[in-house]
Amino acid sequence: MSLLEIEDLSVEFTSRRGVLRALDKVSLTLEPGEFLGMVGESGAGKSMTGNAILGLIDHPGKISGGDIRLHGESIIKNPERIRGSHISMIFQDPLSSLNPLKTIGAQLIETIELHTPRRGAAAKERAGELMSQIGVDADRLSAYPHQFSGGMRQRVVIALAMASEPEIIIADEPTTALDVSVQAQVLDLLRDVCRAHGTAVILITHDMGVIGHWTDRVGVLYAGRLIEIGSTNDIIRSPRHPYTQGLIASTPTMDASVNTTLYQIPGNMPPLTAIPAGCAFNPRCSIAEDRCREVVPQLINDVACHLRSEA
Amino acid sequence: MSFVEVDAVSKAFHKRSLFSKTQSVQALSGVSLSIQQGETYALVGESGSGKSTLARIVVGVDYASSGQVSIAGHQISTRMPKENRRDIQMVFQSPYASLNPRWRVRDLVAEPLRAFGITEGRKGTVKRVTELLEQVGLQGDDAQKFPHQFSGGQRQRISIARALSSNPKFIVCDEPTSALDVSVQAQVLNLLKDLQSDLGLTYLFITHDLAVVKTMAHQIGVLKQGELIEEQAADALFAAPQHEYTKALLAAAPVLSTA
Repeated sequence: MSLLEIEDLSVEFTSRRGVLRALDKVSLTLEPGEFLGMVGESGAGKSMTGNAILGLIDHPGKISGGDIRLHGESIIKNPERIRGSHISMIFQDPLSSLNPLKTIGAQLIETIELHTPRRGAAAKERAGELMSQIGVDADRLSAYPHQFSGGMRQRVVIALAMASEPEIIIADEPTTALDVSVQAQVLDLLRDVCRAHGTAVILITHDMGVIGHWTDRVGVLYAGRLIEIGSTNDIIRSPRHPYTQGLIASTPTMDASVNTTLYQIPGNMPPLTAIPAGCAFNPRCSIAEDRCREVVPQLINDVACHLRSEA
Repeated sequence: MSFVEVDAVSKAFHKRSLFSKTQSVQALSGVSLSIQQGETYALVGESGSGKSTLARIVVGVDYASSGQVSIAGHQISTRMPKENRRDIQMVFQSPYASLNPRWRVRDLVAEPLRAFGITEGRKGTVKRVTELLEQVGLQGDDAQKFPHQFSGGQRQRISIARALSSNPKFIVCDEPTSALDVSVQAQVLNLLKDLQSDLGLTYLFITHDLAVVKTMAHQIGVLKQGELIEEQAADALFAAPQHEYTKALLAAAPVLSTA
């Protein structure tokens, strides 16, 4: 049994134009201590997956099918029970997850008291420990969020996420707002802290470079469907799905020069209102056959492609 | 003399307050660089390093505290004559913010044509707008639409068509693909490169993404806290960065290696 199992998860939004399927039968598993990357373009369903796990999908959206299990137990019905305590979330913008009117210390202690048995002085001591783990002096517990730089704030958010000693952290584009050198520090810190505690991480990003450097395994989403999953090394060096191949070929790499023409995937990802029949990628695919235009390919041998699923 | 000459440009911003002493921030200190015609000069640096301030001074929408900029032998200033200004254009980071949502594409692209009096009459303008849209990979019919009807990548193509409409020689691209998805970024970068070779354009390319720099730049300058701390040909900089800060920047950048 895996730590987290997502099985045939679908999320639908009801709108005037009909039902939009933002996630379409996504299945994946997460093992303890693992760094799983979720990559895809805007609207592919990366954030939707993270939000669905935490039960953060607002009306008119709803989970319309499938199951999410933590230690084999379904968490769809009462996500409040696991949110924050078993699974924490880190968002892109640290300012939106920190209360500007409370000190860092007060926010840490509040989280610790809410989710762990520690109270009073014990909670304060734990807050100090967390601060030293993220490389911030414990004196700064009395500081307010605005007194920190962007990178420092994101470190504090990591400390907050770790405060409840969760089993899983979902990090949704945690470093998109940061400079590259700060990004490296923050992601290294997240990796080190989670390794030390055996916390598993789902890292949601659009940046293949981040995937390549900081994840063990990666799932690729396209138009709400998981189209390929595998070890980061395999996905980057020998991707099998034509979309993953195109995505990696179009990413600028260190082997490029000013004379290189980047590979271009023709066209754009379809909007949820106009997902083509069969494989969602078929109109942009160079190897599509008739069945690709008719039958939705299932994820077999970690690839959802009629032509590439044979191992 | 090079096509673009930036000579010892400094810029200080003053923060005045009624209740405290005026505070100064030195955004740029004595930056000098030159760009050869038909080449791309990439300016790299972190937030607050002065990249965008330099870009604004180079195109003449802001003025330098000291130092000067010349492009094709003309001195750049905030009061330069129209006929010199049309040689310089800019493409911004967010195609969501840089296109007026209440204007149709034809008006967005035609505005520089009208402002500089480039085309004669309505027919001439319509014809030129169609040409420009086709040049950036859009269709003539797209002229009737509004920006919200396009994806991010297509909007950036509209921004590029608008920039090209005055037949510029020099375009400043300020993080033109930071807001775009990877596969769309590739389309826009390739378009910029094709336009450069077809039209002989010169680019000042501002970005924080070193992998993008690797595919775009002939020459690279590294800005840190308003100072140009390193400048090299692209291959040389990636092979043998000289300054410690450049080395740190290269080491931190998560650039994909598929080898």
